[in-house]
Amino acid sequence: MKLAIWTYEGPPHVGAMRVATAMQGLHYVLHAPQGDTYADLLFTMIERLPHRPPVTYTTFQARDLGTDTGELFKRTMRDAYERYRPEAIMVGASCTAELIQDDPGGLGRTLGLPIPVVPLELPSYQRKENWGASETFYRLVRAFAGPNAPAPGTSRPAREPGRRPSCNILGPTALGFRHRDDVIEIERLLDRLGVEVRVVAPRGATPTQLTLLGEADFNVVLYPETAEVTARWLEKTFGQPSTRTVPIGVGATRAFIREVAELAGIDPAGALADAESRLPWYSRSVDSTYLTGKRVFVFGDGTHAVAAARVAAREFGFEVVGVGTYDRTFARDVRAVAEEFGAEALISDDYLEVEARIAELRPELVLGTQMERHIAKRLGIGCAVISAPVHVQDFPARYSPQMGYEGANVLWDAWVHPLMMGLEEHLLGMFRGDFEFHDGAGASHHGAPATAAPTEPEPVAAANDADGPSWTTDADKELRKVPFFVRGKARRNTESYAREHGVATITIETLYDAKAHFAR
Amino acid sequence: MSTAIRTAQNPLDATGCGDAPVLRERGQREVFCGLTGIIWLHRKIQDAFFLIVGSRTCAHLMQSAAGVMIFAEPRFATAIIDDRDLAGLADANDELDAVVDKLLDRRPDIKLLFLVGSCPSEVIKLDLSRAASRLSRRFAPRVRILNYSGSGIETTFTQGEDNCLASMVPEMPASPAGAPASLLVVGTLADVVEDQLRRRFDELGIGPVGFLPPRRAGELPAVGPATRMLLAQPYLAETARLLEERGAQRLEAPFPLGVEGTTLWLKAAADAFGVPAERFERVTERPRQRAEAAVARYRDTMAGLSVFFFPDSQLEIPLARFLARELGMRPIEVGTPYLHRSHMAADLALLPSGTTLSEGQDVDRQLDRCHAAAPDLVVCGLGLANPLEAAGLATKWSIELVFTPIQGYEQAADLAELFARPLARRRRLEV
Ligand code: SF4
Ligand code: SF4
Repeated sequence: MKLAIWTYEGPPHVGAMRVATAMQGLHYVLHAPQGDTYADLLFTMIERLPHRPPVTYTTFQARDLGTDTGELFKRTMRDAYERYRPEAIMVGASCTAELIQDDPGGLGRTLGLPIPVVPLELPSYQRKENWGASETFYRLVRAFAGPNAPAPGTSRPAREPGRRPSCNILGPTALGFRHRDDVIEIERLLDRLGVEVRVVAPRGATPTQLTLLGEADFNVVLYPETAEVTARWLEKTFGQPSTRTVPIGVGATRAFIREVAELAGIDPAGALADAESRLPWYSRSVDSTYLTGKRVFVFGDGTHAVAAARVAAREFGFEVVGVGTYDRTFARDVRAVAEEFGAEALISDDYLEVEARIAELRPELVLGTQMERHIAKRLGIGCAVISAPVHVQDFPARYSPQMGYEGANVLWDAWVHPLMMGLEEHLLGMFRGDFEFHDGAGASHHGAPATAAPTEPEPVAAANDADGPSWTTDADKELRKVPFFVRGKARRNTESYAREHGVATITIETLYDAKAHFAR
Repeated sequence: MSTAIRTAQNPLDATGCGDAPVLRERGQREVFCGLTGIIWLHRKIQDAFFLIVGSRTCAHLMQSAAGVMIFAEPRFATAIIDDRDLAGLADANDELDAVVDKLLDRRPDIKLLFLVGSCPSEVIKLDLSRAASRLSRRFAPRVRILNYSGSGIETTFTQGEDNCLASMVPEMPASPAGAPASLLVVGTLADVVEDQLRRRFDELGIGPVGFLPPRRAGELPAVGPATRMLLAQPYLAETARLLEERGAQRLEAPFPLGVEGTTLWLKAAADAFGVPAERFERVTERPRQRAEAAVARYRDTMAGLSVFFFPDSQLEIPLARFLARELGMRPIEVGTPYLHRSHMAADLALLPSGTTLSEGQDVDRQLDRCHAAAPDLVVCGLGLANPLEAAGLATKWSIELVFTPIQGYEQAADLAELFARPLARRRRLEV
């Protein structure tokens, strides 16, 4: 038993819902109590889908447990089939139904529906959402593409001469972080390279389209969380190689282009020379000097955390002070990238542990999930969101991929914005003696009414507690000249310095002694 | 003992929907389970902690229903059962004790801990009442530990609050023999509403007045044969039954939603406490007229529009009554997860006859009926709202009705506004 307050991942059947909802012509019949229908709102409210997820729940109650819940399951499944007439149905159990052991897969088969029924076994007490999505996708692909597999040992026939190289795009789901736009961006990129995209799955695919997966020359794996297992199976079964590079950032996008070109047997020069991202130039532009060595903490799913750490270090010139993931399956990759940048890795799905680490490292920027955004807000640190779990804000109206060259532009804007705001505040701080700029003035872009400048400045350090060191009036005045967004830190540092050195009264001298002491 | 004291006069002779037939459905339900009540209960009882003993699904539900993580460390959490616990029950009890130890160690501010049962804990028959008494002995007197079920197999949405309050009833002190009549208001109300009502009862000379749940664990009101209880929420079947067992007598009234509901609700108390009619009139006149005027401003745009309720919180019937009688709307179908005939009697009597009442749910068939009826406004849960909007229907999310202060005179216009806003928005939008 483990105490959880906020969770990064839902149960595995929510992963299955992300696959089902992403696809067309597929229905999911889930043996689950009524409360589990909350999951629908993830799709209708967070992703703002204009339709209900294609999921029917049995919503069994305590009084059904004594009777025949299996019969209820069959009735629900038959009704769902009649109503929705899908091409295929997936059946499975949520955590509670798993305990009553009705075997939805077996029950589903006995119904004899004229469509394929794919049973899902998603152990709720061991696994989580991403695993559930991956397993579901894998089961579907095996069920639909499997029958078309060549005899084992058959080598893949060479591409017909004159035919464009082709690939599938694997991994995008519903509720994915920017999957909608990543797919568009990567399709454009592949098109520019002259590679034909056969099937994109699960997002947008029908079960029938899954049967065609084996036809493409290779697979592009955009989200290893959902698609790596499937890609490996396709590789083994159809001899289809797959990409390893996730094209987030300029460097990774270039590497991805080279990798695709090699798999497709084409020349990447055109696509590499072509439309580049603005990121490299913006990053070299002199106004970006202030970004140098900004201390950043990175946290997310494995793929996005690793990518963000690399981009932060190599393309923004940040210093990665910590990198972590909530998804243990990617621990090795995250540890490797942490080591590469001399940062500490954090593998944990305990939100409080992540918060403690951020508080301890005191980064200047957090690149994380919506959970870290809340942590950063509380700690007064800038933050940009780079990974699921998602929030309604992660479905912006405008086109904003994370992948490819346009994705790199989006990263530039999204990551620099919180720091720019800090810079503006810094300028504000420099003019703080000016009659228009004072602590009482709200942020100008908020239209907050500015209150009159206080004539009698309230002492910031005057909360002289009994045991702590006290501040002289001069030292206090000097402290007030420190820009307010770092003033708290200056006060804490000075006081801890004073305590350590047995200084009872803080003078201007103590203030600068402490500043020198803590200078890094 | 469930005979209510019927004092409030029905302003209508007609029986309204009192005996109307009910469409009972059993199919897929699209409602939260009782765990969700924790979201408002933990804000109300300020020194209580709610520990769900459940699965990752339960934790995820809480997170998704709460919408945003406003608090870094809210006063609720989930002890997630895992494979090892399923292997043997003795083990699960030890694990639970360890979780509680750690939790109470970290949160010395907690005075009352609820162990909240979920579907998985109930299916594996983890005995939380035994766990609660075992842990109570260990932590007494610093922390009191209670348990209740919020599971989806036992409870629908607001029934979780019913079970929570019911678990507190045995903890309430007995009022001393010969104690004068006292009033007990039952059901979570926003603090601001509670304060307004308390002032109103003061002015009426009604007292002492207790509220269940209290704001602090140590402030549980007393109960006994002299207790007159007014239900502030319509979903408290079990709590009311237990309070009646302890001698409390329920005052029959419509629920305090809208001007009329509030007046009749206050009047039930006034009559039970022998408040003279002219004093009642004097005390209620100003706030009543103020509220009437404020609500009337919505009547023009809302009168004649039809409304369709999907089942959610059991507030549907009183809300439909308010919309019909004070805004002139036409309820087409009013769905409720559970219909408590006697608690709902006064509201049912005021509902226009001809309204379809439905209990339970088969969401697909209900959606068919809803689309066929093409109502001007649909009141439904978050899973259905956007799909219905996309199909051209205006919707009001029902969950806001349990998170927003809507009871009493001062909130009557806010309540009207909640229903008016989606329609006003549609009138503005030109895209
Ligand atoms: S319905 Fe049951 S399993 Fe689902 S969230 Fe509610 S208590 Fe947990
Ligand atoms: S708008 Fe201004 S105050 Fe608001 S978050 Fe951005 S910088 Fe901060």
